[in-house]
Amino acid sequence: MEKSTYYNPADLAKFGNVADWQPEMGRKFFDYYGEVFKEGALSEREKALIALAVAHAVQCPYCIDAYTSDSLQKGADEAQMMEAVHVAVAIKGGAALVHSVQMMNKAKELSM
Amino acid sequence: MKSLHAQHHALADSSYQLTVLSEAEAAGARLPAFAHKLRESGLLPLRPTELAVMQVNVGKMCNQTCRHCHVDAGPDRTEIMTRATMQLCLDALAQTTIPVVDLTGGAPEMNPDFRWFVEQISALGRQIIVRCNLTIIVANPKYYNLPEFFARHGVRVVSSLPHFSAGRTDAQRGEGVFARSIRALRMLNAVGYGVEGSGLLLDLVFNPAGAFLPGSQAGLEREFKQRLLREHEVVFNNLLAITNLPISRFMEYLLESGNYESYMQKLVAAYNPVAAANVMCRSTLSIGWDGQLYDCDFNQQLDLNVAQNAPQHIRSFDAAALQERAIVINQHCYGCTAGAGSSCGGATA
Repeated sequence: MEKSTYYNPADLAKFGNVADWQPEMGRKFFDYYGEVFKEGALSEREKALIALAVAHAVQCPYCIDAYTSDSLQKGADEAQMMEAVHVAVAIKGGAALVHSVQMMNKAKELSM
Repeated sequence: MKSLHAQHHALADSSYQLTVLSEAEAAGARLPAFAHKLRESGLLPLRPTELAVMQVNVGKMCNQTCRHCHVDAGPDRTEIMTRATMQLCLDALAQTTIPVVDLTGGAPEMNPDFRWFVEQISALGRQIIVRCNLTIIVANPKYYNLPEFFARHGVRVVSSLPHFSAGRTDAQRGEGVFARSIRALRMLNAVGYGVEGSGLLLDLVFNPAGAFLPGSQAGLEREFKQRLLREHEVVFNNLLAITNLPISRFMEYLLESGNYESYMQKLVAAYNPVAAANVMCRSTLSIGWDGQLYDCDFNQQLDLNVAQNAPQHIRSFDAAALQERAIVINQHCYGCTAGAGSSCGGATA
């Protein structure tokens, strides 16, 4: 069926196929990926919430689907998930806003 | 909320549920028959191991109407086990050395002969598990002393609490259930349940409140322990993570929300042969409110009795004959074999 967008939710399940054309690099990536999300100094739930926030920051629809599901699976609730998204929003917004210092500097430099 | 049975809903009919499950199988190779998977794992036919648990469903009557309930239990259900059938269970138990009797429902405590039954099992020296929904303890003054009663008989209390937040718990189990569950948990803690060194076991059950599988049982247990202690001063022993099986009211939710096919695909994709080898039906005998025999509580709700060559009713209980049977399987069994596996005792792999 023809899709009306570039993104197809069914493609998420094919993520593993990205190793097909470069198996060694693919394997190394997925080994690393698996290691990153294991319980460590941070809990699996905390890592899922970080991933969910980053998914929003990098605006990856696959990652948003995957880590919404994963966050729920790891026991996060709606409030925690939305707070995680707000952390991403605050950093993205702050990152834009902090550049206004440069704008202010430049404006002052150019102004009488 | 009414039960599917009271609504005369099509899914109240177990044969219709089995049709839905088989149609999903026919929909394509993406959903292979569970039997094929078991064969690939060298487990077909599925045979019993040593009988360790007699699970008795003493009735469908319940004070709650949870959205995921596989029993379709609720206040409008009247089917409960009689004392005469309980006596048949006791007679069968006395012939064996089955160490554990697991009482479930509905809310088993609502059966008027529940306490008598517990006393009789206790007198036979078997460990008793009661699947307590928590809110029954605070539902009516006649239940307020259940914690003391449980403690007197050393009952292991296993209670559903889908989440440590009120929102996610109430969405699955009904408005206000979380607050009442916390009150009940404090009453259980007050008599020693869940308290280290008391010997009184209080385990909680995590069921996902939606169309997803449970995460790591150990990780969830840590989260639950921290949050319940910090926010509610509640303690417990173990968290059992249980996968929702696609039958009855959870099937209704999956179909109505458009999640049915993707949920089945998730279960199939997560099939784990180690979990399959450890499914609880291999070591459990399930007894229905009317004394009929089943391989598990899920088969019981689908009216899938034990295999024809085995005794069909507790009055003709025969441990040796039951041991010879092949366990009855169907597509819903994917629920117990997905990921880390699922059983009444939590993860199995």
